[in-house]
Amino acid sequence: MNEMLKGRKSQIVTKGHDDVAIACGKASIAGSVSQRACVFCGSRVVLYPIADALHLIHGPVGCAAYTWDIRGSLSSGPQLHRLSFTTDLKEKEVVFGGETRLYNALISLIDQYKPKAAFVYATCIVGVIGDDMEAVCRRVTREKGIDVIPLMSEGFNGTKKDGYKIACAALSKLIGTDQTSVVPEHSINILGDFNLAGELWMLAEYYRRMGVNMVACMTGDGRINDIRKAHKAQLNVVQCSGSMTYLAKDMEDKYGIPFMKVSYFGIEDMSDALYEVARFFKSDEMMQKARELVREELSKLLPALQEYRAKLEGKKAAIYVGGAFKAISLVKALRLLGMKTVVVGSQTGNQDDYNLLKELCDEGTIIVDDSNPNELSEFVKQTGANLFIGGVKERPIAFKLGLGFCDHNHERKEALAGYEGMLNFAKEVHASVCSPVWKFMK
Amino acid sequence: MLLRHTTKEVRERTALTVNPAKTCQPVGAMYAALGVHGCLPHSHGSQGCCSYHRSALTRHYKEPVMAATSSFTEGSSVFGGQANLLQAIETIFAVYEPEIIAVHSTCLSETIGDDLNQIVNKAKDEGKVPFGKYVIQASTPSYVGSHVTGYANMLEAFVKYFAEKTNEKIRQINLLSGWVEPSDMRELKRIMKMMKVKSVLLPDTSDVLDTPMTGKFEMYPKGGTTIPEMVSMGDSMQTLGLGEWATTKAAIMLDNQCKVPFDIIDIPVGLKATDRFIQALAKAGRVSIPESITEERGRLLDVITDMHQYLYGKRVAVYGDPDNIIPLIEFLVDMDMKPVYIVSGTPGKHFDSRMAEILSERVPEAKYKNGPQADMFLMHQWIKENPVDLLIGNTYGKYIARDEKIPFVRMGFPIVDRIGHSYFSTLGYTGGLRIVEKLLSAIMDKQDATCLEEKFELVM
Repeated sequence: MNEMLKGRKSQIVTKGHDDVAIACGKASIAGSVSQRACVFCGSRVVLYPIADALHLIHGPVGCAAYTWDIRGSLSSGPQLHRLSFTTDLKEKEVVFGGETRLYNALISLIDQYKPKAAFVYATCIVGVIGDDMEAVCRRVTREKGIDVIPLMSEGFNGTKKDGYKIACAALSKLIGTDQTSVVPEHSINILGDFNLAGELWMLAEYYRRMGVNMVACMTGDGRINDIRKAHKAQLNVVQCSGSMTYLAKDMEDKYGIPFMKVSYFGIEDMSDALYEVARFFKSDEMMQKARELVREELSKLLPALQEYRAKLEGKKAAIYVGGAFKAISLVKALRLLGMKTVVVGSQTGNQDDYNLLKELCDEGTIIVDDSNPNELSEFVKQTGANLFIGGVKERPIAFKLGLGFCDHNHERKEALAGYEGMLNFAKEVHASVCSPVWKFMK
Repeated sequence: MLLRHTTKEVRERTALTVNPAKTCQPVGAMYAALGVHGCLPHSHGSQGCCSYHRSALTRHYKEPVMAATSSFTEGSSVFGGQANLLQAIETIFAVYEPEIIAVHSTCLSETIGDDLNQIVNKAKDEGKVPFGKYVIQASTPSYVGSHVTGYANMLEAFVKYFAEKTNEKIRQINLLSGWVEPSDMRELKRIMKMMKVKSVLLPDTSDVLDTPMTGKFEMYPKGGTTIPEMVSMGDSMQTLGLGEWATTKAAIMLDNQCKVPFDIIDIPVGLKATDRFIQALAKAGRVSIPESITEERGRLLDVITDMHQYLYGKRVAVYGDPDNIIPLIEFLVDMDMKPVYIVSGTPGKHFDSRMAEILSERVPEAKYKNGPQADMFLMHQWIKENPVDLLIGNTYGKYIARDEKIPFVRMGFPIVDRIGHSYFSTLGYTGGLRIVEKLLSAIMDKQDATCLEEKFELVM
């Protein structure tokens, strides 16, 4: 590559060399091979794990086909979310409107599947042909007696982050609609965990051991009826701040529920996530239990980690993930394995996240917003990284370059959160970085 | 039971597609463009489209897939995407240095009325396209056709833009490939070499989406049809289009523009379709069929004879793209199997007549449907009514296979949970052997795993 994308300069800083603040939250330059997705994608991935709701995609077939069961969000019960429903719009609807088609599709789906609620996602084209999706949803709500919630998530209407915001607004409509249920003392909601590889179940179990009850998780292993009573919790614990902070703020305004941002990746952050909750409830007993839990888990984990650390000490990592908050935890988790982060970037990070990253990283670390394959491979070459952490589109590039890879996105196969997750993470990183295959590369 | 929601009774649906057996046009345009050397596909629409298509292709090929996007914003949806595309063309040539940018449209850009021709011409007028570099465009709205038609439209765009007629005919034929794997393109080239027929294969994704691991990231791998090859297509003796859905448009374009006559035949899957392909090659290339090809055919026939008792009468359900499954169904019938349920999400009026032609006599009970609502949900309902012995199709069949305990062979696009499709061809006689092997392994593995102890056989 002989020229960096013009106008990209401000979105790349090297710690120790550039004193300027990184630019972020910018729209991608037209013509870039961006790794970013769209508004629809943001809404769809956030609500996808709600397993007893109907998710109908209003648009031509593609948007439904590409989001059919691509997220490893596990459900302990219904599997309705894993099916793909689309109005499959054709030229006729593009000319004459798709409202009737949407209405008919909703009625037949609700009759057949009896979902607890329905989410209807607008794709690009709906915004342009002018379907009044909201009116159709209101009508079906009236006729069928379940909440049918429109998401005005046209792809072009901002970035993936705006999609998160729209999804949060949809959840907000459900929250507070169950006034009768009673929840136990010391109840929390978990926001921003999507139960990839069963991570939520692990976390909920940690909290249960401390005497903390979970009212709703939004949205991992999610259920509509839990979400309806989420306003009864005393605290919102927010992970993946990029997607769920909007909802946490909204619930604070509406119901006076405070929230705290946590991360479940790595030992320090995971333990803090438990201690902070105990501190919030001002319960010595709970704190005591949290300490015991951490001690017990660490006594198992730390010796097990040694074996991997010994092999990984001094190796270098490059990180490119969706949210920058996750990147922060990853830098810390890698440090625990003796690894140094030399490149770190995200698709949707904000200024605060990047400042934190800059503080956390070593001199010389390249920090980047909204990157592309050329830049990433260039950075990797420059810094001599041994490991790449990213998602589906980065995996084959990393492998071509001869780097180890760890999927920290939708396609992860093992739980990476919590203490068990830390061990899985170490195993995965070790397996890939120390794979014998690299020896055969000329 | 992952698909516990599938009802047994088939009810009429008009407004709804459940678990689609197709996807949208742009991904096909992107795949076709990757089969041209030094070409960067460009998605003129929202960022998500490009991201989804790249992810879909990456999952299937496990290779880096490069493509750029116009990154539409709310402003573009109101004022049109011209400014975005102009900027994109400039950026791409400056930074990514492709030989060709192959622009395809999306539902959004089509609906707001962007005229790709006009915008690309404007870019040329404004000097945004450097000397010796090219921008071509194809219209691929997602609400028309399917991924297969998107592929067809991009092929048409390539020949329209590049093929040139001089007065010197070249003793070569044009081979327009339907949507097949890199391994299949490699196999087509091998067959052509054996036949000693000089040809231009378009597109050619071998050495693009099956590249070796070298420790380097190549934005433009060494494979792909080159510009001089595409230019020369206008002087070829004849065009052979493999697959009616994917190649007819490009073949007609070559005929209209350069007076190269064409034949559209099936993709050479199985015995008879390969026979037709070899004969067409021999005729078009004015060569005789070499002994080595005849021997390959003989070997396929030999294996079918050996294993006939395990194939005979087996009920099979197949779903996929018309060009690929029409010859496959024919092959299954030729092996005495019974393809009883067939769906294809891709619309097209010849599907029914081709199916009737192949099935009416030998498998009169067969049910088939293509176009809207010909989806995996319908397929599952049919299977629930009356089970099958084997399921063939892309990865999305695994839910049905698991719930109904049916042996499952993966063929088609996408395959995101197994490897092999990129490396082992299913075309030609040799590819036919691989198909037979896969079908038999699936059927016989199930028999071994589930038959009664007293029925368990060592020698099969």
